Amino acid sequence: MTIPHARGPISEGLFRLLAGSPGDDPAAVGTLQDLAAAQLPLVDDIIDDGDMQLSLFCLYELHYGGLDGVTDRWEWNPGLIALRQLLEEPFEQALRDAARPYAGTDCAGADHAGPDQPDSAAGLDSDAVADLLFAIAAQEGGPGMSRHVAKRATLKQLREFLIHKSIYQLKEADPHTWAIPRLHGRAKAALVEIQADEYGGGRPDRMHSTLFARTMRGLGLDDRYGAYVDAVPPVALASVNVMSLFGLNRRLRGAVAGHLAIYEMTSSRPNQLYGNGFRRLGFGAAVTAYFDEHVEADAVHEQIAGRDLAGGLVESEPDLFPDVLFGATAVMAIDARLTQHIMGAWDDGESSLRAAIPAAA
Amino acid sequence: MNQNPPEPSNENSIVVCPDGPILVRGDFEIVTPSGEPVPRQRKTVALCRCGASAIKPFCDGTHKLIGFRTEVPGKPGTKESP
Repeated sequence: MTIPHARGPISEGLFRLLAGSPGDDPAAVGTLQDLAAAQLPLVDDIIDDGDMQLSLFCLYELHYGGLDGVTDRWEWNPGLIALRQLLEEPFEQALRDAARPYAGTDCAGADHAGPDQPDSAAGLDSDAVADLLFAIAAQEGGPGMSRHVAKRATLKQLREFLIHKSIYQLKEADPHTWAIPRLHGRAKAALVEIQADEYGGGRPDRMHSTLFARTMRGLGLDDRYGAYVDAVPPVALASVNVMSLFGLNRRLRGAVAGHLAIYEMTSSRPNQLYGNGFRRLGFGAAVTAYFDEHVEADAVHEQIAGRDLAGGLVESEPDLFPDVLFGATAVMAIDARLTQHIMGAWDDGESSLRAAIPAAA
Repeated sequence: MNQNPPEPSNENSIVVCPDGPILVRGDFEIVTPSGEPVPRQRKTVALCRCGASAIKPFCDGTHKLIGFRTEVPGKPGTKESP
């Protein structure tokens, strides 16, 4: 993707470094690490910090599609891995803090009985894990963005909605794929089955990222991966960074399973409503296919992800149960913050994006 | 607790999901009563069991909204949280 605009000293230093090659200036990576170490104590809320989230996003991007004009030799540069870990540590801590309220029995707004947490995973079978995850997913995650999209959103808001989603959906499924070689047996087979469906079951035109790109084009938006990174707020980047954090760290494979399970479990109904919103404004099947596909697909995936992936993993590695819960509740927390950001802006009659986007279509 | 579940005895399997749909895996065709094939986009499908799906015969997750409850075959009364 195109290198975005820096949002502070760390991303600025990072982009300057990436313009060269590893080894050009052996001291430069260390200088950047020192800068990051000095900046971190000044950061109030890392989830909402543009410089931190953009830097992490671009460091992760080296492992995905890469950055335009940046040599792939940076990917495993030890200095950049160390920088990434420096940023990941407080990010993970902030996620754990944000996620905690979603794991207890006192969840505000829960219309189902809040999930009762077992003290340990001993004796937890895969059905019990799936039950618990479904209970977590049933908690209200924020002020009803899907209902707003279905009933009231303007065309401008629908375009903003797609722009927020585009940061992830144009590489949909990729972060969880990192976990495949870290699993085995039932959990691995489950993840592969879900991912194969995400990637179109062998048909490139059915890949979810391809369907999403078509939806974007239908609304006159740029469907190139990363085209709108500059436009989205830090929390939108954080919602994707959390997946990369889980996917790229083997020790967090439990969190990947929990994350994907909740992602699937909170998808079918909202996607039905999203599709209705686009139909309400006159868009046809080419635009709504992405949402319609997710209504059906995720009703399948949520069963497999909850019981066979997350449940199967806990049965084979009970010690990972707390991380499964962490991954599950982290999605709830981050999604709620992103929804609050977007709905808050719309309620005030403002754009939920950072920069005005060029008008098109 | 379950260890690895027994391998299905053939290539096709039907999973009855607690409080949810029926997952069907393998080599099969879904047809209407008159034998017309029902279009299918994926290998493994979830068939509606609660009757409330808007995309029948497939599941759309509505069972969660209407509080649909089942018992696990062979494990009646085990739905309470541990």
